[in-house]
Formats: sequence, structure tokens, C-alpha cells
Amino acid sequence: MAVNELEVRRSSASVLGFLGGARKLPTVSKYIDTSTCIGCKACEIACQEWNDLPEVATVQAGSYQTLPDLHAGYWNLIRFNEMEHGDTLVWLMRKDQCMHCEDPGCLEACPAPGAIVQYANGIVDVNPDKCIGCAYCASGCPFNVPKFAEKTGKMQKCTLCVDRSRVGLEPACVKSCPTGCLHFGTKDDMLSLAKGRVAQLKATGFAQAAVYDPPGVGGTAVVTVLAHGDHPEWYGLPKDPQVPLGVKLWKGFLRPLGFLAVLGAVVGAFGHHLYHGNKGHVDPGPRDPDETGTAA
Amino acid sequence: MDLSRRAFLKAGTVGGSIALGLDVSEARAEMRDLKIARTTETRSTCPYCAVSCGVILHTLGDRAKNVTGSVVHVEGDPDHPINRGTLCPKGMAIKEDISHPGRLTAPRVRKPGSDTWEEISWDDAIARIARHVKDTRDRCFVEKNAKGQVVNRNPGMGMIGGCTDTNEFNFLQWKASVAFGVTYRDTQARV
Repeated sequence: MAVNELEVRRSSASVLGFLGGARKLPTVSKYIDTSTCIGCKACEIACQEWNDLPEVATVQAGSYQTLPDLHAGYWNLIRFNEMEHGDTLVWLMRKDQCMHCEDPGCLEACPAPGAIVQYANGIVDVNPDKCIGCAYCASGCPFNVPKFAEKTGKMQKCTLCVDRSRVGLEPACVKSCPTGCLHFGTKDDMLSLAKGRVAQLKATGFAQAAVYDPPGVGGTAVVTVLAHGDHPEWYGLPKDPQVPLGVKLWKGFLRPLGFLAVLGAVVGAFGHHLYHGNKGHVDPGPRDPDETGTAA
Repeated sequence: MDLSRRAFLKAGTVGGSIALGLDVSEARAEMRDLKIARTTETRSTCPYCAVSCGVILHTLGDRAKNVTGSVVHVEGDPDHPINRGTLCPKGMAIKEDISHPGRLTAPRVRKPGSDTWEEISWDDAIARIARHVKDTRDRCFVEKNAKGQVVNRNPGMGMIGGCTDTNEFNFLQWKASVAFGVTYRDTQARV
């Protein structure tokens, strides 16, 4: 068991902190420049090939998109979006996969201890051994990424190729990208790359170009450059993604409260015992001879 | 049941902690092994188009005498000047080209008017092609053009090479197509 593991920064469903944090690793990050994506889908095939995922039947829904949505066996999907912009049509392609949030909603929502972990290098991963397949993570994810796998009864999603990045390799999708719209490196490096590209886009007529690194989830380890940065929804991205309020209330308030209530009950019971002591033997007094049944 | 005092106390503490929600998250988590950690890497060229990207074929085992090294993974070659590690979706799927059960393993013919492909032997395939080449050349041969100049060309045929053809094969292919009078020809000689 101890052969192939990585230190954990954060883990699901833990109340009293964590044992990790001894080492500090830079957050690894994936840069996506949607303005130079040509929709060739090399990243989709690279993902399927590397992760040995089974073939998923494609769905023709009137566009070049492989499937309508991410799938438990298809973790990387190029979304083809057509939008009317002024009097022109814009064709926007975005690589959709797990965003590997700094504050992951899936991890917050997960009730199974250790089923969703954030490794020391920032990658958010599902541990299939601990996953109970309840799909709460899907409800906690503002990007609708984790999918339920019927075959295994577990949740599955992009791992940012943690098996590769752990040994210093880039993710399979990034390596394959022929146009170079994908890059891999530390979060800092990818952010500065993205800022440079945004400045370039602004100078060439895309005044609204922006980096998509939403603060509502603490930023993401997927740094996306949008030519139409004022309309992330055109790309199928939420404008201001947040961890759902229900999840926050449950995990931030109700769960600790419940924990305290249980603890309080135990401490109270023990205190009651200390204060009042054992329930003493109560002498019922002499019995009424009439009720003994001996008198005939 | 043989349970030491220490094990009993440990189990009790852990069990109690879980029951009370006193779970401390784990410091480490497991993940998938790097599946290419000890595979043999062999450089090759992608067979799909004339761009000729460099690929690395990962095969099982370390080339020891008793190992049959089937291809388990394919990646772009980062040292190759053409693609520098990248690959297109077709190139990414070369493993299937090598190992997919549905790939072609014998010559096939779809006869005129037919809607199905039939498997034929190599001998039959070559004889059939030779027959068609001869017939087409006889039917389409142009000795002189409109101005009366001798051209000796055969516009009824074309010749297209494959990107993995070697120089020697391309030399022969070029010679043969010139002999047939074929003017529409491309060897894809870019490797």
C-alpha cells in the first residue's frame, strides 16, 4: 500500500484537521488558451489512451462535440459553442475537465472520509477505495464535473494525470496538444503565461480578453484564457462559481454542531454520573401482607 | 480470538474516534501506478500522414529473451523536430492501429455494384490490380495532345504513395508510374 502514494493537503469529511502538510510542493497547473484551440480532440484521445478508459459511444447532437457532457468514462471533452457576437458568429472551443479548485466543492460535499483528497501539489482526486458512490460531490461541484460510473458504483473524473505529474511528467492531454494551446507547469508560471497571452489578445482586438481563475473557489489549477472574458458563460463556464450554500452550511456549521452535540451528550452523561453518582438501591419498604396472596 | 492488550486499545481508540466523528484525515493517499515506468521505449514514425510525427512506442518488458513485447502505450517523441512530443488524435490512437481487433489484416475488394467488402488473397489482389491497370491504360491512353505533340500519357489513373514508404519503394513506384504514363502522382516522400 505504501508504494505509490502522495502526501495529502486536504481530505474529505475530516473534522479535526489533517496529518499532512509536512512537505510543501508547488501547485501544478494546466493552462488552456481557448483562443488557439482548433478542436482537434487530440487531448480527448490522449486522455482515453493514457487512462485506459473504455470506448464511450459518441452522440451526434448537431455539432462536432463528441458527447453532450462529461462522462464517467470520458474525462476530457472539447465543448463547441456557437454564439452570435454583434453581427458575426463566434465559434468557441473549450477543453472541459476537472478544474482542480483550490477550495474544492466536491471535497467539501463528500461525506466519506478520504474519498476525495487534494494532494500536496494541488491535484484533486477521487480515491475509489474510500468512495461510497453517493454522488454528493457532483452536487458540490460548481462545474458539474464528477460523474457516477454504473460499472464500479464510484465517482470518476480527471485526475490531472496524478500518476504522471507525481513522477515529473506533464498530463497526457497537455503533451498531445498540437497547437500548443495547452501548457503545464506551476500555477505561478501558468498565470504569467496567461497574462502575457491576454495582453497579446487585447492588443489584437479582443478588448475583453481575460484569465479565468475564479476566486469563488479559491482559484483553479486549470488556468483558462478566454478571448471573450466578459462572457465565460459562452464557453459553458459559470460566471462566479461558488461552493453551494447548502454544502457550506452542512459542512461548515451543521456537521461541527452535530459533532459537538454528540460530544456534549457523552460529556453530559459522564458529568451527570459524577454529580449524582450511581442510582442507589431504593428500599420499597415492607410488603402489604394482604397482597402477598398467602391469605386465603 | 488472540487479541493483545495493545491491539485492543488501538482498535478501541480508532473505533471510538470514528463513531464520534473524530476522524483525522489521512496524510497520504494512493494513486494509480505509472504504467510506463519500466516499459521499453522505441522510436518510430507515425504512419498516418505526410507530416511524419515522431512517436515513442512503449512495449511490455525490457527486451529480455523470454518477453513478447506488445505495444501498451504510444506517445509523441519530445526530441523529434517535427512534432516535439505532440500528436493529433489519429496519432494518439496508433495503439489501436497496431492492436485493435477490427483492423485490416488481409486485402479486400469491393466489386463494382456491390455494397460489401470481400477478403481476397494477395495473389488474387495483385492479379486483379494488374488487369485493371492494363485495361485502364489501354482505354485512356493519349498518344498526342490537341496540338499534335507526342505526350504518351495515361490520365485515367493516379498513383498515391504512403507516408511510411521508403526511398527505395518510392523510387520503384515513381519508375512504374512513369512507365504507365501516369501524370497524377504523389509519393508522399517527406519522411
